[in-house]
This record gives sequence, C-alpha cells and structure tokens, in this order.
Amino acid sequence: METAVTTLLDGLVFSSYLFLVSVGLTVIFGVMKILNVAHGSLYAWGAYTSAFLIGVWSEAGLADVGTFLMIAAAALLVGCVLGFVLERGLIRFMYARDEVIVVLATFAAFLILEDVILLVFGVDPYFAYQPMALLGSTEIGGIQRDVYSLTLIGLAVAVGVSLWVGLTRTRWGRLLTAVIHDREVAAAMGIDVTTVYVVTFMLGAVLGALGGAYVAPMVSVAPGFGIEVIVLSFAVVVIGGMGSIPGAAIGALIVGIARAVAVHQLPEVELFVVYGVMAVVLVFRPQGLFAPARARKI
Amino acid sequence: MHADRDWTIPGLMVGFATVLALGLLVLPDWLINLTTVAFARAIAVIGLMVLWRTGLVSFGHALYVGLGAYTVALLGKEFEVSEILLTLPAATVVAATVGFGLGFIVRRYRGIFFAMLSLAFSMVLYGILVKTEALGSTDGFNVSSPTFLGFAPGDAGLTLRATFVMVCLLGWATTTLVHRYLQTTLGQLTTAIRDNEIRVEYLGFSVARAIHVKYVISAALAGLGGAVLALSVGQVDPDSMVNWPVSGELLFVTVLSGPGSVAAPFIGSLIYELIRTYAFEWLPHAWQLIVGATLLGIIFFLPGGVWSLLQRVLGRREAPS
Repeated sequence: METAVTTLLDGLVFSSYLFLVSVGLTVIFGVMKILNVAHGSLYAWGAYTSAFLIGVWSEAGLADVGTFLMIAAAALLVGCVLGFVLERGLIRFMYARDEVIVVLATFAAFLILEDVILLVFGVDPYFAYQPMALLGSTEIGGIQRDVYSLTLIGLAVAVGVSLWVGLTRTRWGRLLTAVIHDREVAAAMGIDVTTVYVVTFMLGAVLGALGGAYVAPMVSVAPGFGIEVIVLSFAVVVIGGMGSIPGAAIGALIVGIARAVAVHQLPEVELFVVYGVMAVVLVFRPQGLFAPARARKI
Repeated sequence: MHADRDWTIPGLMVGFATVLALGLLVLPDWLINLTTVAFARAIAVIGLMVLWRTGLVSFGHALYVGLGAYTVALLGKEFEVSEILLTLPAATVVAATVGFGLGFIVRRYRGIFFAMLSLAFSMVLYGILVKTEALGSTDGFNVSSPTFLGFAPGDAGLTLRATFVMVCLLGWATTTLVHRYLQTTLGQLTTAIRDNEIRVEYLGFSVARAIHVKYVISAALAGLGGAVLALSVGQVDPDSMVNWPVSGELLFVTVLSGPGSVAAPFIGSLIYELIRTYAFEWLPHAWQLIVGATLLGIIFFLPGGVWSLLQRVLGRREAPS
C-alpha cells in the first residue's frame, strides 16, 4: 500500500514536470507545424536564468518568498527574448521549407544556444535551494516529501487549465484555431498571421523556460541540462498526439506513471520505458492518442 | 560528345586509389587515423543519404551503428573471433536484419514521425546497453585487435595501416554498389517518392516496399560503418556509439555532404573530422556553436551541400531541371 501511494505520487510529480516542459512544444507544433528542437535550450536557459536570479535575490538579503517572483521573471524574460529572436531571426525564413529541414535548423539553433549558455554562465553548476527550503517538507504515506515538488502538480494543472480556457474561450484562442485550421483562409479573413505566429512562438518559449525555471531549485543546474528534456518531451508529445494540449497531459500522465512504476518495480527498464511506450503507441496509433483531426490536402 | 556521361564509377576508383596511395606513402599517423574514422562514418552516411534523397530523415541511425559496433566487439570478446572476413559481414547482417524487422513499422511513417520513431528505437537500445552490466554498462569494453584475412599485424602502426586499407576498399566497394543501385529502377524511385508518392503508386510501384528496401540498405551500411568505427577506435561504449548525438552527427555530415553523389559523404565526413580536430584544439568551448552555425549556413546558402559547391567550383554543368 505504501509503495502504491509513493509510486503514484512520484508518478504525478514526474508527470507534472513532463507536462510543463512539453506543453510549449505541442503549442508551437499545433499552430505552426514546427518541431522546435531548440525547446531544450529554452528550458536550459530558463533554469540557468532562474537559478542566477534567485542567487542574486538571496544575496541581496531580501525575503525568500520573492524567489518565486524571480522564477516567473526568468521564464518571462527568457521566453520573450529568446522566443522573439528565434522566430524573427530564424523560423520565419523556414515556413516555406520542408518540415524536416526546419527540424534540422532548430537543431542547429539548439547547438548554438547550448554553447552560448556555457559562455554566459560558465561551466560550474548553479544551486538555488532557497524556494525549496522555504516550503519545507511534509509526510505522506510514511515518507518525507518536500512540498516544493508537490506544488509542481498544482502549477501543471494551472498551466493546463489556463491554456485550455485561453484557446477555447477567448478571442485570441479563436484566432489561433482559425490559423491552425487553414492559414491562408485565415489570412484572407484579415487575421494577422505573422503576429499570431510570433506570439504563439513566444508563448511556447515562455512555457519551455517556465519548466526549466521552476525545476531549477530542485536540481543542480549544470551543462548538458537541456539534452534529456528534448527527447523526453518529444516522446510525451508524440504519445499524446502532436499539437493537442489534452494529449500532452495524457501523454505526460502515461509516461510519468509508467516510469514511476518502473523505478519502483523494475529498475532495469527505467531508462527506456518512456521510449518503449512511445514506440508502442506509434505502432498502433501513428498520429498519437489525441492528435487533432486534420483535413487531407492533396 | 556525351555531355552527361557518368564518370562516377572510374572517378571513385581513381579517388580511393589516390587516397590509399597518399595514406600509405605520405600522410602522418594521426591523419591516417582521422581518415579511417571519417571514412567509417561516411559509409554509414551513404545509407542516410539514400534515405535523404527519398525525403526521409532518420534521427536514430545510431541504433545500427551501435548494433554493428557491438556485434564486432562481442564476437571478439565472447567467441574470440576477430577475423574481419567474419566480423564485418556479421555486423552488417545483424544491422540489416533488425532494420528489416523495424522496417515493417517505420515504412508507414514520413517526415517528423519517421525521424522521431527512429530516435525512439535507438534510445531503447541505448537504455538496454546502459543497464547491461555484462556489456560494460556506460563504460563499454575493448575491441580485440582484428586479423585481416588471417594476417595479424603485431604493432599499432601496422594495425592502423591495415585498417586504413580496409576502410578504403570498403568505401570504394560500397559507393560503387550504391551508385549502381541508384541507377536501377528501384533506386531511381528515391527522388520520385520525395516529389510525389501518389504518382509513384499510380506508376505501379509500392512506395512502402521501396522505402523498406532503402531502409534496410541504410541499416546495413550504418551497421558496417559502426563495425569499422569500433575497429578503428578500439573500444565500444553506449555514449559514443548509440546515444542520440551520434545520430545527430551522422545527420550533420549528411547535410554537409549533400545528396549529389555517393562520393560526397566521404568528402563531407573528412571535412567534419578536420573541423572537429581543430575546433577542439583552438576553441574547445565553442565546438557545438561551430557545428550549429555551419549547419545553419548550409541550410540557408548551400542546400546541395559541399558537393554542389565542388560542382560549381569545377565549372561542371548544373543540372537544368
């Protein structure tokens, strides 16, 4: 029983983490049909900036509560600046190219950004434990857990719900849906597709950076931080169906719980259970579990 | 005057003979070693090039490189078989068999899904290897020194040269065979499939089967390349043979070389190895930055890769398609 509770809780925390890092990827893909490999470096930049800002905040002797403000600031700053630069400087030249070429171009951007991180932040790891120390720990199912990692679940739910409401209940969401459905007709109806693309990419970038920024206090932020994340979030997004936000949530839940079960029951398969699930899903549902239906064009 | 007479076959023979002669007579040891590693990778890249011509990009051919490399290493470790006449075909067959099996699945996918499914399969192998203590886990293990047709070179210099001769011969053989294949009807379906699958189907060919064949070819070549890589490096481990940056590396060389000719991967791979060697020496922290910037530069300014640049410099007629 205790193992079951622990497994479930571990699974939920890991799922929330996966959802946070992969939802930005699926938003960008859903609207722009672009698989953004540079998402991994947005995550890493978010983490580094957040760890750096938290360090500055604490050294200034300010109240630890403010560190949460720093996390949000890091996500917004990194996402808006890098998102804008990437879209205007690179992606916009790519809309006419083959989707696979775009993947290669964002892969190139990822490699460049990885090294720029080293040049800016150096090779030493960063630690930003203050937010975690502030919230302390609690006992659930006979095991001590830190509250901070539990708040991850709340954040994931909040992000997921607000994205869903934003997409289905607001004017902006309707504009997006129109562009997703048919870019040219949307443009003919007077929708400013360029602006929609820039904003969408920045939104996706902010979400990627937020994932990194929020995780930063739980780990040591070190070089190579973004690599695992790209592959993991691809797996999640592909399982759920690329471009679908509920799909990303379900994908994250499946992968998160599968991995938690593997960690507790069968540690040998932990590393590849994620990719195993992904391969099985793709074999039976090539478009993923919840891919939005697409009109067939010839 | 046959303007479009194909000089590839004699060109390949002269090219590889020149490299072989240069290597044995002039080049210093470190350059021979570099060329061997570059050519081993180039053999794997030929397969990716065939896929690329078909419009498919695989982010997971490290799977087959790893299978080839580990087959050679395991044959030496478990059965004490180190004769290349046995180990290289074995590595190729293992990779081709796995490719044949997985081909039934991947041939249904295109574009991003093809790329990502390949990645998933390669990461499964990576996961298995990292967790298998018997295979050295993350450390891997050493490859026993090979014998060439029964000849066992004693010292390191002789082994280096024998491996070099082997890789040149293999490079010549694979490029010639793949070039011949691309001239057959099935081979010429590459660009046709990329341009319009529906038309290919209406012409009476099975796109799925054509892609399957090309996938198996690319798997076999990646397996062979991996086997040679393992022999020339002398060691196998998951991170340098199976992890996803290896696939990225192969893909980078493919784009750098361009799809223009079967010889292009060898030139591209050599350039890549040289850049890498010097970048590590002079700018150790900017290595990925250089690779990334090069990749972007090629995507924007040189979509045909280095080969198209060569064609332009040599004043060869551009195909007026």
